[in-house]
Amino acid sequence: MIPLSYYLVVGGLLFALSVTGIFLNRKNVIILLMCVELMLLAVNMNFVAFSHFLENAVGQVFVFFILTVAAAEAAIGLAILVLLFRNRGTINVTELDELKG
Amino acid sequence: MTFQLFVFLVFALTLLGAATAVITVRNPVNAALFLVLAFFSSAGIWLLLEAEFLAITLVLVYVGAVMVLFLFVVMMLDINLAPITEGFASYLPVAVGVGLIMSVELILVLSRDFFSAEQFPQPTPKPADHSNTEVLGELIYTEYLYPFEIAAVILLVAIVAAISLTMRKRPQTKYQDPSEQIKVSKADRLRVVSMDAEEKP
Repeated sequence: MIPLSYYLVVGGLLFALSVTGIFLNRKNVIILLMCVELMLLAVNMNFVAFSHFLENAVGQVFVFFILTVAAAEAAIGLAILVLLFRNRGTINVTELDELKG
Repeated sequence: MTFQLFVFLVFALTLLGAATAVITVRNPVNAALFLVLAFFSSAGIWLLLEAEFLAITLVLVYVGAVMVLFLFVVMMLDINLAPITEGFASYLPVAVGVGLIMSVELILVLSRDFFSAEQFPQPTPKPADHSNTEVLGELIYTEYLYPFEIAAVILLVAIVAAISLTMRKRPQTKYQDPSEQIKVSKADRLRVVSMDAEEKP
């Protein structure tokens, strides 16, 4: 049988991979959004694993809400992306410096 | 090695490989397709964890809706890839360093005996007529009814925000203005011309 730590290690490795992806693709907003989705997936993996091993379905309810919020976040993020591309003609993060931060 | 462990390893390796491909491929379309593969594999792992409803939801909602939205946007935008992908090699050492350190730390913490098989023994497998959907439904519609309603409101706000962000008025678009159409009177449309009677030829 598969112990809990295997699932947690898969979730942790997935999270580390998505952090690496954010470092690697820091100019491409689309890949950054995808990395955020992967991070949420890693968190959900931990929730589902603990929900199974503690025999408590509340963890799965939480995953349900995370999926809802992630879908809303993806929709709004992509809408902002389309707006950005329409106004600036680029999605390169280094060129989005109008706030002079 | 039991069959379950074999299935788990296949899905986990596919998931991690797909995630690696998502962050390394140049073309965003390929990255979106690899993300679809990652979601499919984690749905398989969730099936092993007896979370059937969430596994199907992940495939239907994520692969069916969110990833199609991603692909739609990626294909709609005409992106010049050259300036976006430059500097990939220069970021590589830092990124791999951070990723390796995080992975090693997480593995060191998670593979200690806090989460071992003794601390968290295998739960008894559910009987064949056990319905995961029913359990979740009972929780969501009784104990978590208010959060469920709030989630619905969040989705509504997301719809309104996405539409209002991307909608625009184009000057060359022809459209009807109902209030102008209703306000029109006889004098605007009809002109009575007085003229002499004419003979039939």
